[in-house]
Amino acid sequence: MNWNIHLPALIIAVPLLGAFAAPLAGLGGKVTRNIWFVAVSIATVALSIMLWQHVQAEGVVVYVLGGESWNLTLPSGLSWPIRIILEVDAFSAFMAIVGSIAAMAGAFFSLRFMERFSGLDKFVSLYFLLMAGMLGMELTGDLFNFFVFLEIASVASFGLVAFWRDRPEAVEAGFKYMIVSTVAAMLVLIAVGFFYGRYNAVNMAAVARMMHFGYPEKIALVFLVTALAMKCGAVPMHMWTPDAYTEAPAGVTCLLVAVSQASLYGLFRVCFSLYGASLGSSVVPWTIIVLGVLSMFIGVTMAVIQKEIKRLMAYHSVSQIGYILLGLGVGLLALKDPQAMADYGFTAMKGGIYHLFNYTMYKGLLFLTAGALFYAAGSRNLNDLGGLARVMPHTAFMFVIAAAAIAGLPPFNGFVSKLLIYESTFAVYPVLAIAALVTSVLTLASFVKVFQTAFLGPAKSVFANVREVPATMLVGMSILTVVVIGLTLLPTWSLANLVEPAAKALVDQAGYISAVMGGGL
Amino acid sequence: MRKQEARRPAMTGNMPFLVVGILFFLGLYAILFERNLIKIAIGITLLEASANLLLIVLGYRTGGSIPVFTLAGDVQTMTLPTPQALTLTAIVIGLATSALLLSLIMMLYKHYGTLDVREIRRLRG
Repeated sequence: MNWNIHLPALIIAVPLLGAFAAPLAGLGGKVTRNIWFVAVSIATVALSIMLWQHVQAEGVVVYVLGGESWNLTLPSGLSWPIRIILEVDAFSAFMAIVGSIAAMAGAFFSLRFMERFSGLDKFVSLYFLLMAGMLGMELTGDLFNFFVFLEIASVASFGLVAFWRDRPEAVEAGFKYMIVSTVAAMLVLIAVGFFYGRYNAVNMAAVARMMHFGYPEKIALVFLVTALAMKCGAVPMHMWTPDAYTEAPAGVTCLLVAVSQASLYGLFRVCFSLYGASLGSSVVPWTIIVLGVLSMFIGVTMAVIQKEIKRLMAYHSVSQIGYILLGLGVGLLALKDPQAMADYGFTAMKGGIYHLFNYTMYKGLLFLTAGALFYAAGSRNLNDLGGLARVMPHTAFMFVIAAAAIAGLPPFNGFVSKLLIYESTFAVYPVLAIAALVTSVLTLASFVKVFQTAFLGPAKSVFANVREVPATMLVGMSILTVVVIGLTLLPTWSLANLVEPAAKALVDQAGYISAVMGGGL
Repeated sequence: MRKQEARRPAMTGNMPFLVVGILFFLGLYAILFERNLIKIAIGITLLEASANLLLIVLGYRTGGSIPVFTLAGDVQTMTLPTPQALTLTAIVIGLATSALLLSLIMMLYKHYGTLDVREIRRLRG
């Protein structure tokens, strides 16, 4: 019996175990808890890499929870699937890797960063719960299960955003995030209800196979797109992003970035795999493209004027989400037309997916460096900081790498993915590519400003006693730095092995359906 | 005459969906336009109630009995069990969010001394 068939379930089970055993580990003292914190997050990364290899070898992997057999998707000769089914294709496995790497970096960083605060058992529990929710959203093949994991992730993240509950701002940010996210979750639930009412099924593959694009489906689509765009922080409902990202502890912000990608994953899973070719008109793709362009532009213009370093970075995340929406929206636009898909659609999707990976890595890294500055210098205000490159050389080095990557300077990985997006959007409408370029220039300007004010300039006497941050925090940051440099040095390898299978899996709706509906046994 | 008779069950059959719609929009209105945090929380619970009601109504079959083979007796139709399971899950999740929401409101009140959203605005720009 080959044990790696159980990988999809294990990836969710391990962080869940991590969450519920964290208070027990906490009984053993600080060291035991820290070892548990790190060990479980490393195990999750290892499992997700194994799952990815498994998917590369086997194609789409399904896992039936609570069935007689792990692959019995259609039991007793039924023609519809029952039970909760996890369905992992190359895109899901890719997302699991992205999410778990960011989570591991955040975990290492949090060890020392959170040391000054109490209630750390609960912190570790919530952190793993958030991880489990995120990975569950990315691996599930069931719409209602998606809602459940969405709620697990949301509830855990409210707790973590408002973790410093002595700060009024943190509670306020948590509350704001909670309102937005609960409304979004209810919209998802109502959409699930619509699908159940129409097809008596909540399995994504089953619904996708029976999909007729009528009015209930249109309403459900509007609900799902609205809800998931709210959750990933695209423009009209982006106002929770800067607050929540700023007020959460830095390690958590790194994970929250990855969690917002899980909502983005849900959005594209719904558009490509659930609706796919039956999205008759181009209204939905254009909605996503317009949301993307607005997010890019409004996000970056808000970022340029910020004084607070984490808030500035948070507005940049809004604008980076815009790039991903733009890339995958163009891919969705080209979905019906094989010629357009070959010409520019697939390039756009590769760009979008590659950007998603790059964005999670360098943005996580940027938030961690901001956290390191806060830890060492005690301030997040750009007007106070200055001359810190002398005392914090490692942090400064990693900040430069992340900033160059987010600004899309060649040869960094951000440049590769942005180039793919420029190239393909130019074929649709040159205006889109111009908007993306202008955003990129403004991003560069804003990060040059941060680097100049925080790290360069004369040494300030206030910061005379500032030291470089402790080793485990540097380890957390260097994990992400290594990934960013790796993606920079090996763009061809990562495009061919990581990104292209993911993009192909997303386009291949028939393959997604037949993995569950094609007999199963 | 016959036409009316044929239409009446359909009308009453759709009544629950009307209630779902009303609850949904009431909840959304409360969240968007109310200024008191408690009223916003009530709006959220109304949204949850509408979603739960929708699921339950979708699973109802006219004249159906409980979906348990050993207890249902000799009947032809049963209501669908899946939406009931879904609703139970959703209710539990709703309970957790409501509890957390109210406790956050409590902390906000401690920090700001008010429940008015217009005065709880330290984060902006």
